[in-house]
Amino acid sequence: MTDAPTLLLRDLRLAFRGYTGVTEVLHGISLHIRAGERVALVGESGSGKSVTARIVLGLLQDQRGARITGQVRVEGRDLAAMSRRARVALRGRRMSMIFQDPTSALNPVYRIGTQFTEVLRRADPAITERAARARAAALLDEVAIHDPARVLDAYAFQLSGGMNQRVMIAMALANNPALLIADEPGTALDVTVQAQTLGLMRRMVADHGAAVLFISHNLGVVREFADRVYVIYKGRIVEHGPTAALFDTPRHAYTRALMAAVPRITGGGIPDLPERDDAFAAPMELHPGVAEPEAT
Amino acid sequence: MKRTLVILLRNPLSAFGVLLVATVVLSALLADVIVPFPEHRGAVVDFANFNQPPSAQHPMGTDLVGRDLFSRIVYAYRISLLLGVVVLAIAVPIGVTVGLVAGYLGGRVEYVLMRLTDVFLSIPPLVLAMSIMGVLEPTLINGMLAVTAMWWPWYARLVYNLTRAEREEGYVLAAEVLGAGRVWVMFREILPNCVPSIVTKMTLDLGFVILIASSLSFLGLGVQPPTPDLGSMVADGATYLPDSWWLTVFPGLAILLAVFGFNLVGDALREILGADQ
Amino acid sequence: MPPLLRLILWRLGTSLIVLIGVSMLIFAIARVIPGDPARIALGANATAEQVEALRARLNLDEPIVVQYGIFLRDLARGDLGVSLYTNRPVTADIAQFLPATMELIVVAGLMMVLIGLPLGALAARYRNSWVDSTIRVISLLGVSAPSFVWAVILMLLFAYFLPIFPIAGRISEAMAVPRVTGFMLIDTLLAGRFDAFRNAAAHLALPAFALALSGIGQAARLTRANMIETYDKPYIEMAQSYGFSERKIARSYAFRPSLIPSLTIIGLDFAAMLGNAFLVEAVFAWPGLSRYGVEVILRKDLNGIVGTVLVISALFLIVNMIIDILLAYINPRIRHSTRPS
Repeated sequence: MTDAPTLLLRDLRLAFRGYTGVTEVLHGISLHIRAGERVALVGESGSGKSVTARIVLGLLQDQRGARITGQVRVEGRDLAAMSRRARVALRGRRMSMIFQDPTSALNPVYRIGTQFTEVLRRADPAITERAARARAAALLDEVAIHDPARVLDAYAFQLSGGMNQRVMIAMALANNPALLIADEPGTALDVTVQAQTLGLMRRMVADHGAAVLFISHNLGVVREFADRVYVIYKGRIVEHGPTAALFDTPRHAYTRALMAAVPRITGGGIPDLPERDDAFAAPMELHPGVAEPEAT
Repeated sequence: MKRTLVILLRNPLSAFGVLLVATVVLSALLADVIVPFPEHRGAVVDFANFNQPPSAQHPMGTDLVGRDLFSRIVYAYRISLLLGVVVLAIAVPIGVTVGLVAGYLGGRVEYVLMRLTDVFLSIPPLVLAMSIMGVLEPTLINGMLAVTAMWWPWYARLVYNLTRAEREEGYVLAAEVLGAGRVWVMFREILPNCVPSIVTKMTLDLGFVILIASSLSFLGLGVQPPTPDLGSMVADGATYLPDSWWLTVFPGLAILLAVFGFNLVGDALREILGADQ
Repeated sequence: MPPLLRLILWRLGTSLIVLIGVSMLIFAIARVIPGDPARIALGANATAEQVEALRARLNLDEPIVVQYGIFLRDLARGDLGVSLYTNRPVTADIAQFLPATMELIVVAGLMMVLIGLPLGALAARYRNSWVDSTIRVISLLGVSAPSFVWAVILMLLFAYFLPIFPIAGRISEAMAVPRVTGFMLIDTLLAGRFDAFRNAAAHLALPAFALALSGIGQAARLTRANMIETYDKPYIEMAQSYGFSERKIARSYAFRPSLIPSLTIIGLDFAAMLGNAFLVEAVFAWPGLSRYGVEVILRKDLNGIVGTVLVISALFLIVNMIIDILLAYINPRIRHSTRPS
């Protein structure tokens, strides 16, 4: 399976068992990302995009009360068929994630350098302290941090949000993963910093050959970054197409509503979307030229 | 309120806590009716039946002068609860006011009030109450006074921390911008938001007041005989271990169960009301 | 000035202010005693002249502010006055009785930390499982009884019914060793008597555990709550997303940040222990500061009361200072901040 997609989700469903019975959160998500591709998953908060990311990483599988069905394949391997240990082994090596708020995602009681070493040890357990530091410094240099020594000796709270974001990108790509998941990267940051981050990320994933699942509510950002776009609404994919096509001719009522809201988006969410519209529940729209791969 | 009770009763542990608390409170209220020997709460002597192990007639045995232990324990609950309620009724308003004022006004007022609170908090609670009891006559009223003196600083500290957090919230700023007075902002805007934490702490504390009061009387610095008191019962019985075990074990368990009940309920309340301390 | 040193100085300053406040408070409490302390001390048979002489010696006829001034002057010279109960300097009394109490409290404090924190961490790691519920019940029971009840129960179970531990005292008479530090565990070791050390440790076990129980419960509950809060932090998810092992995450990612708020409360629990030691010492006939403290209070021994409370409060403040500094050491945010929080 040399040309298996880097990530393949087929009819992914997620339900939580709670006091009030079973609540289904994802109603059958199918999407795929090929090697080196940048794919965006767009929707408002609560639409199910973040839980999708967590399922891909295998973080929700072990949670009590979460019921997951459907297929998740990473580089052709079915996560459900793997042992827990094998699933964990993928993390930090074949896939990694960039979080929304870089400053709170870095551990407050350890120096950046220490955390970097831990990450590098995931791929190379035998790496020496010294070699890890040299490698970390080189990676930081790649993300335009030119005084790596100072940053490696600092704690996250001593650095700016933009600096931490770059540290996190460098960490996430340190072990050359096949798949990078970016969950609303930089939303917590200033707009200009966010733009720089995006440019940096684009260059970095190209250099390291990673495919990207880019999760965002911000269509403006998505348009800059992604090759293809999936629009998710209430746990369903409602539209899928190449970025240009989708932006030129949005077909689904929800996508059109999202786009109408774009100018007002400042990073804090989507404020002026109609609460409920019957048209939002319409079936999925598929643009020409894109389709889910055949079942394997 | 109703919803809270439903959630409380759904969890077996907190339901057990509610059951314990209800039993303790009801038996204290109805002591005269449910107790086999109501007159044994006072200075009664029955040497024919002294120091008896538990039996059908005396389910928890009798004490050294022949009084029914079960009856005395139930009456002791009544006094402990009364003490707890009075102490909290005085300590909570004082502590809450100090905390609100210090937290909201800040500056020099905050420094003075909080250092004062620190002074009280840096004498171990029991030692402070002991010193006060030591110089006063050991009566129920003085006992309440001593325990109150050691209790208010905890509420001052709690409300102070809450107020400091709330002070920055949007609704407080909004009220200030609209020209609300300081007193209004403190008591009508900030205080209602501290209520869940205060109520939770009060539930827990009702148990702990019983605990501290019994500790005082265990050392001979609390309620004096013949008034029934769990702490002094344990102290009196301790010399007769292990043979007359019931003299200490039943009053000891009585304290444990009552405080455990309040703790279970308070703990569950904290989770339900989302009050953090 | 390095931030850590600044923090230490700042804490020293506040502690001193608080300690002066404590001395005023306790001085005021001791001086409002109804009745004449000199008369109480000398008994009903003393003559009026004797009482008058004692009043003069204690400066009881001066205004209270002057009395307090004299007290401060003496305190600065390390003099807490003469106890009316033992007729010895209060400082000598405290020096004699304090080590036994300290030994008890230090061991109980260690138990609290070494048992309570791991229990709480365990409960958080297996939250909402039977492990969690069991630990919750145990820790709630621990805090739900005064330490004298635990002392009585433990004594009944493990000294009478199952005679594993000795019933009372610090060491068997046959094992007595010369007093050097006043800490039995240290003195026995200094004397090179391991049998005596074991004997002293056995005497210490039950009282220390009875004293530690409520602290263990508090520490476990608090650590659980803090760790659960920490588990919801983004950096834990980040660690998970990198596939670090559960054990590694629990130990170095969740436990250490959770330790910070737990330690603060441990300081307060230590205060409770200083008080509860009075109860446990009474049950186990432990020759510590407690019996002295209760005696001086009952006998309205002014100097004794003020001295005892002051020393206990100073101890408490010192422990809290150490904890604050420890915190600053664990928490880089404090260590590297420019001003003390």
